[in-house]
Amino acid sequence: MDFAPGTEVRVKDDWPETRGPCHIRTPHYVRGQRGRILRRLGAFPNPEDLAFARPAPTRALYHVLFDETALFPDSRQGDDLLVELFEHWLELA
Amino acid sequence: MDQDNPRAHHDMGGVPRYACEPVDIAPHSLSDFDKEVDALRQVLGLKGVMTVDELRRGIESIPEAEYHRLSYYQRWIRSITDTLLRKGFITEDELRAALEAP
Repeated sequence: MDFAPGTEVRVKDDWPETRGPCHIRTPHYVRGQRGRILRRLGAFPNPEDLAFARPAPTRALYHVLFDETALFPDSRQGDDLLVELFEHWLELA
Repeated sequence: MDQDNPRAHHDMGGVPRYACEPVDIAPHSLSDFDKEVDALRQVLGLKGVMTVDELRRGIESIPEAEYHRLSYYQRWIRSITDTLLRKGFITEDELRAALEAP
């Protein structure tokens, strides 16, 4: 699925590390959180496969913007947090 | 943030334990060991032996106590060694012999 800039998304509330060896680049603090697509950064071989020397299909990578106070209550009001996330971690909010 | 799910020990962004610690932003020099490990990783990447993603996976699978005890580049060489052993590029006997060589 292709996400246009401005699209409201939710990061999948998925915890592969509880199911066995894995390498994921989606930080724990954004799982299940709502964010907004800022831009598409390109498409890259999936690091989750590269990490195990498996054939790695290309996946789109996005800059996703989060309201930082939703992630960390002690943050300053109005602060944003920008995270690079692969498409397979995102779904429409 | 889902507090019910255990994060992996390397996934420490936003962990309250570090929130009150000042960040050391002073430039620090690299030791000869650090530079050698970095060079080795680059050669292994160029030769197609291992990717940076495999390096990261190997670093993340270092047991927690050891992970925190090792320096940045010590984690790298630990991951590189584990990867080379697992893929059969080197054997444990060869590694032991090289480490024991004068």
